[in-house]
Amino acid sequence: RDFNERCAQCSEVNWGLTDGGRFYCRSCHNVTERTREVVNTDFITNSRVQTISKGLRKQEKNDGGCEWYICEGFQLVLKKQAEALEALGVCPQMKDEILCSFWRCYLQKSKQAYCKRPAGETVKALSACESSTDADSDPERPSLLHLLSLSESEGDLQTDCSFASSVSKVSESTSVYSGSVDGSLYLMKNQKEKLRMTMPMTLSFCYMALLWLKEPITLSELLRFVVEGHIPYLNVFQHFPEKMKLCGLDLRIFCVESWPVYEEVFNKMHELAAFLDLPRFPDITDSCFLHPDMLCMKYLMEANLPDELHNWTCRVVKKIGIGEVDFLTLMPGNKSTRKVKYDVLAAAVIVVVLKLLFLLDDHYEWLLSEFAEERNKNNTEGGPYFEFKKWYEVVKQSLDVEQKKLDEERAKYLWRCEKPLFYSIKSKSKVLKRREMVVNLQNQFGKLSGSVRRVEKPNPSSFQLSWSEENTDGSCFHGHSLKGVLQEKCGLLTAINPDYWLCTVKLCNEKLCGHLAHYREVEFPQSYHFVLGLFSFLLRIQPSYIHDEVCMIEHKLFNKKLYKKLKYNTVLRK
Amino acid sequence: SSHEHKLNFRKSKEACLSYIQDALLQKQWKRAAEFLTCYVESLEKDYSREHIGPSEMIWRIGTEILWHHSQSSMKEFNCFMEQMKTLGVKRYLKVCLEHVFHLLCNGQIDEAYQNLSVAESWRFGEQTAIQDKEMKLIEAYRGLLDYYSWSKQKNILLEHGEDGFSDLAVEQEMHSYFRKAAVNLKEIIKIPGVWDVFVKCYVDLLEFYGDHNEARQVLNEYAYNSKFPANPNAHVYLYQFLKRQGESKKSLISALKILHDIVPSHELMIDFNTMLQKSKKRKKRQLGLEVIFAALDYAGWKENAKAWSCLARQLKQIVISEKHLDWIKQEWNSRKDWWPAFHFSRYLAKRNWQENKSLSYEKALVAGILLGKDCKYFKYVSHQGCKAQLKRFRMLKKFVNRHHPVYLRISG
Repeated sequence: RDFNERCAQCSEVNWGLTDGGRFYCRSCHNVTERTREVVNTDFITNSRVQTISKGLRKQEKNDGGCEWYICEGFQLVLKKQAEALEALGVCPQMKDEILCSFWRCYLQKSKQAYCKRPAGETVKALSACESSTDADSDPERPSLLHLLSLSESEGDLQTDCSFASSVSKVSESTSVYSGSVDGSLYLMKNQKEKLRMTMPMTLSFCYMALLWLKEPITLSELLRFVVEGHIPYLNVFQHFPEKMKLCGLDLRIFCVESWPVYEEVFNKMHELAAFLDLPRFPDITDSCFLHPDMLCMKYLMEANLPDELHNWTCRVVKKIGIGEVDFLTLMPGNKSTRKVKYDVLAAAVIVVVLKLLFLLDDHYEWLLSEFAEERNKNNTEGGPYFEFKKWYEVVKQSLDVEQKKLDEERAKYLWRCEKPLFYSIKSKSKVLKRREMVVNLQNQFGKLSGSVRRVEKPNPSSFQLSWSEENTDGSCFHGHSLKGVLQEKCGLLTAINPDYWLCTVKLCNEKLCGHLAHYREVEFPQSYHFVLGLFSFLLRIQPSYIHDEVCMIEHKLFNKKLYKKLKYNTVLRK
Repeated sequence: SSHEHKLNFRKSKEACLSYIQDALLQKQWKRAAEFLTCYVESLEKDYSREHIGPSEMIWRIGTEILWHHSQSSMKEFNCFMEQMKTLGVKRYLKVCLEHVFHLLCNGQIDEAYQNLSVAESWRFGEQTAIQDKEMKLIEAYRGLLDYYSWSKQKNILLEHGEDGFSDLAVEQEMHSYFRKAAVNLKEIIKIPGVWDVFVKCYVDLLEFYGDHNEARQVLNEYAYNSKFPANPNAHVYLYQFLKRQGESKKSLISALKILHDIVPSHELMIDFNTMLQKSKKRKKRQLGLEVIFAALDYAGWKENAKAWSCLARQLKQIVISEKHLDWIKQEWNSRKDWWPAFHFSRYLAKRNWQENKSLSYEKALVAGILLGKDCKYFKYVSHQGCKAQLKRFRMLKKFVNRHHPVYLRISG
């Protein structure tokens, strides 16, 4: 890449490479017709180039690799993810317009492209890398080993130890090794300033785009699709074009070894929205999928609960105002409002409704169930009354089966991909040998496994548990009636249950300790724990997150009563 | 099952391992193989901080599965072991050794020998020195197999000898195996450890070639060198050797003394007591009484008629001579609280009488002396014996009755 010509438009010598192999000017985004083949490989001496090692120079002549930047890599990742989402049914606008715009905006704001190159930065990086023979020469530059021991927030690569030792031997003769041009610089950047891009953040981008378009995919669903392999995440780099060689520090950036965590993706998304100075997102109205009324309907179905409960969820939603457009719509940068987790919120509403109607204190719900059972035995006309006990047994059985399957799948998960990765040229042969052995062993023991291992991913589906009304064994509760737990008072249907217990009397300060409340299984009734566990499974999040939302809802619901003195009692009269 | 939602590579592999462990414990080899297939990719990660890394895990688990799985062949097993040898140079000799054990278990002596030879010639920089102990073991086992070959040749020779043939070739081979075996066996037993099988073989070789001095030295070292872990067998081997050599009672007794201290319930205690009873020295006879009482403290000896007869004989002799009754008193003191229930219950009386008349006779005699003529065991057995008109039981009854005052003196 020794393209030394001045740009026709801006006269700068600041070239990058597009996907198509053409040169484009980084300063003004002018794409030329010149392609790489024309250029001779002595370009490396150009001072604009950020990170090159002597070893890499030899590499380039032989293996046909090109220079690429980290953000190009991420761009590819996002592209793949968007395509996958499109295949799942998301509108094509998402990829071509929304996500693209967000990404360009990000690149601009973080000064990685579409702006004037901060020249000072490059020169500094260069000098740092060239004089890498003595780590102490520049006391301000963080040493390589320090760099490598920085632990990432998401799954730190445990190869720290071996990598550190191999690089420290390498550092005498070459500088920091990475396939990309700015791999090391990327890791050395001050993270806090510019919201450095990470793999989990790609999902934040996706979610943000989905939210903007109000697509019917919740964050928990998105993350589940990622784990199930419908959306590229793990090992997505294997789809990078051949010429984009990935090695060394790049691996630290692109190789993930843990599944994205809901909280992290969620928080990052909000940070991102604020960073990009986005305006208020499109309104979430009651006809939106993400509206609590809609999501509650879905979750009620999935949890095999009676449709009639939907009336109650709507009532709660209305009463505490969480169905309001202003509450639900995202306003980036607004720090005073609590960020809405649509899926968790809906699940929590259902939990609260169950507590309202059934109390869930490990006594009352079973009592009510007995009455319903009696009634169902003696009176078969008019449809069955909902029996908590039966529902519990049916759902628990299915849940246990699914949970067991899930646990085994997690234990059997294969993390490695076909494409072998190496940190340095020296480790290449060792890595390839190991890979060969792994493949041999997999074959050998695979044959002894008996059953053929299922290779295809399950079809992506929005529902993990499904119940059919056509089943004659009565295992579907959608059509069951709540008459057994309701009564009429002054023309209004209210619950027979007169009591309610609060999960917590006082909410914590979320900013201080990260949670609104602290959930410990032993302190709460088993039924409550079961219900939390059910939604925890469906949403693939910790029960404590749902518990937090439940506490929040309860405090809104019983706002007035809480101001009264409550000395030793946590049981309220409604 | 964990409801852990934050899943990463490490946790996923940990879970995988626990599934493998469950499957192994339940002997579900197919299932274990299934999960192991998923686990092996751990090899591509660095676990240098862990105590046991994936390569060792895979070696051990894989060995178990291949050894037990019905569809796995020896060929596959060997192939796997060869792969494991290349995995971890720090473990190379250990893997070789275990491979050899498996081959031996499978009766493949020649293959085992070949593997040992290959391992013996392995050199790998400083690892060779670090794995010195394993190397010694490898040499020792090769020596053992050489001994085995020697033994085979020896038997051939003996057969031919009977037929009047003398086979020079066989003899030469035999001697060469001897030399090879002796060198390695001698080396390993120098190192403190438990080397029963090596010691036995080496001593066998030495004895055959008439080097009794060396044999004696080896056995003494093995038994008495404090650097070696306490090993009852060492004393047993020494005792047996001395007996073969026709040594004096004195040395035999001193060899068994330590055995008594370490393992009072050892089967050789009968021999020991027999020798001690016959001794002219008072202290030795007293020790004999101690020894036989101590042995019968153990449940495994309860029905050992020979042991009871030793005790009975000695007690009888003391009672008749009326000398050293204090010996009996001393031994009985710590036992009078529990021996009656342990040995002399009415239930046992019935059972012993039904199953083994000699046993009941000896026990009745002991009971009669220690517990007097009114003890239930004695009464039942002697009554039954007299009913059955067996002469010795009548004699027994008379004897105990006559010496009842002795009992009174003992128990008082």
